[in-house]
Amino acid sequence: MQEVKEETWELKLYVAGKTVKSVTAIKNLEKYCKEHLQGKYQIEIIDLLEKPQLAEGDQIFAIPTLVRKFPEPMRKIIGDLSNEEKVLVGLNIRSLKTVS
Amino acid sequence: MFNQNDITQPGKPGTLPKAPTGIAGLDEITGGGLPKGRPTLICGEAGSGKTLFSIEFIVRGATEFNEPGVFIAFEEKAEELAMNVTSLGFDLEQLQAQKMLKVDYIHIDRSEIEETGEYDLDGLFIRLGYAIDSIGAKRVVLDTIENLFSGLSNQSILRAELRRLFHWLKEKGVTTIITGEKGDGYLTRQGLEEYVSDCVILLDHRVENQISTRRLRIIKYRGSLHGTNEYPFLIDEEGISVLPVTSLKLHNKVSTERISSGINQLDDMMSGKGFFRGSSILVSGTAGTGKTSIAASFANETCNRGEKCIYFAFEESPSQIVRNMYSIGMDLQKHIDNGLLFFHASRPTLNGLEMHLVAIHKQIKKVKPKVVVLDPITNLITVGSVSEVKSMLIRLIDFLQEEQITVMFTALTLNNIVNEQTDEGVSSLVDAWLLVRDIEFNGERNRGLYMMKSRGMKHSNQVREFVITNNGLNLIDVYLGPDGVLTGSAREAQQMSEETSKVIYNHGLTRKDREIIRKRKVLEAKIATLQSEFESIEEELNKGYVEEELVKEVAGQTRDKMTKLRGGNNTEFTS
Repeated sequence: MQEVKEETWELKLYVAGKTVKSVTAIKNLEKYCKEHLQGKYQIEIIDLLEKPQLAEGDQIFAIPTLVRKFPEPMRKIIGDLSNEEKVLVGLNIRSLKTVS
Repeated sequence: MFNQNDITQPGKPGTLPKAPTGIAGLDEITGGGLPKGRPTLICGEAGSGKTLFSIEFIVRGATEFNEPGVFIAFEEKAEELAMNVTSLGFDLEQLQAQKMLKVDYIHIDRSEIEETGEYDLDGLFIRLGYAIDSIGAKRVVLDTIENLFSGLSNQSILRAELRRLFHWLKEKGVTTIITGEKGDGYLTRQGLEEYVSDCVILLDHRVENQISTRRLRIIKYRGSLHGTNEYPFLIDEEGISVLPVTSLKLHNKVSTERISSGINQLDDMMSGKGFFRGSSILVSGTAGTGKTSIAASFANETCNRGEKCIYFAFEESPSQIVRNMYSIGMDLQKHIDNGLLFFHASRPTLNGLEMHLVAIHKQIKKVKPKVVVLDPITNLITVGSVSEVKSMLIRLIDFLQEEQITVMFTALTLNNIVNEQTDEGVSSLVDAWLLVRDIEFNGERNRGLYMMKSRGMKHSNQVREFVITNNGLNLIDVYLGPDGVLTGSAREAQQMSEETSKVIYNHGLTRKDREIIRKRKVLEAKIATLQSEFESIEEELNKGYVEEELVKEVAGQTRDKMTKLRGGNNTEFTS
């Protein structure tokens, strides 16, 4: 694991098994991150079928859910992340890009 | 009409299995509880008690029926929830520690959430499934699942997922309660009733004349008979109690046992034995006629027999009644200390009539008394119309008769003739009716008591004077004289004047007696004189007779002597 820098994005993706939606979401997320965050990110994929007790902590009720733990504030995006525009707005990525 | 006997009891073959709620009264209406293993919808307006209802279902399940439960809260955090119900004596934390309960708070904040693309609610399923499996839950509450609608915008996904959720819950075999806010024209705002088709309960909270009453109605219960009326319910320090409106069938048992009223002379008026056990007695009268004293005396007598009594006071506080009764020689405190007498005092305006009825029911079920006193029922009229009070009292009397509890009501009448006949309309319902009246006469006010009616026994038709003394209550026969009915000091005066004339009469009598004795003595003296007079006359008369005899005798003797003398010579010669 590389050292967490200030700009490093901490993302958690909650899925439940290998459903179509889960797989799509994982693919989409990895694509966006590669494109827009260029290595300044960490993705943790949590399968709730294996660890159901983790659902409570981040208040997960819909699957798949992407949680932006860092930077603050916490944001949640639910769905298979198929709309790139919405995901980027939701994660506030574009603004970061303009800043940097 | 709802008939308790018609409802199939749980456990009978072929009937729907039911999960008892443990909520007082509800299981009677539903014939055993909520449908086991199926979802039930509880809907109502904000503040109608949905959350409390569902949490009581879970807590009672855990504590009374050994069925662990999961409470999924969408509105309140677990700690808030625990705090809210602590006042009801539910210790959620302890239950959680015992693995009988799991509270999970699902927080949905629209501002944090962005939706993009397809999703499902598997996260919720997984959490719920995890919670159920971790404690082996049999009961689940989702309070309020509608919050999902405010947090998520994709309605079509949501509805499809809800359908799946309820299906999944049924398959899991857990008895579920879903709460839902009442919508405009619909049972719930989001049309949850569409998904939950087994049992729907509507909670209502209405305010009439500034007095609120909570009511409950079972709108639907598939596969089971149920009560269809609106049932009032009460939320108090012990949770919810629902009052089943009883069948009003007039099938009550009757007793021939008699119990004393606590006033001997009153018992005498009822062929010397008192009231029937399990009967209802109305004491009515104008203000200050001693209705409370009669009621307290009845309660006192009940406790003296060692039976329990509940005194529902709507006007005075218990300590006030105890103090007042102490002044007429009744020690009620003693009975309270011995656990025989229970006071339940509340202002009529505290809550609606139905609430009073529920409270009375609850108290009676808890204490199981032999005698109940309601003092006075007239005050209840401030919170309901005459017909409402009547229907409440009918139900109360019905319930009490079923339990073989004797009840005494007191009622205040205003000074007019019409009211005498229609005391809150209950006079026709009660078995015995005592009327205490003011008799104003001769510059003073006295109390007259008479029995208006007393079913099934010989009773006196006379007005008695009702006297409250330091030693208790007393009934005195009123004076019926040539001047009419007299009471109070007039009666005393009359009695006194009678007494006087008696003394005078007696006095006259003795004087006459003496006169007679004297007369007799005089007469006897006279008789004695006459007697001696007679004796002297007799002697006088006898004297002549004796002298004659004597003369005759002497003459005879002389003649004999003469003859002898003459003849003696002859004899001397011859011999």
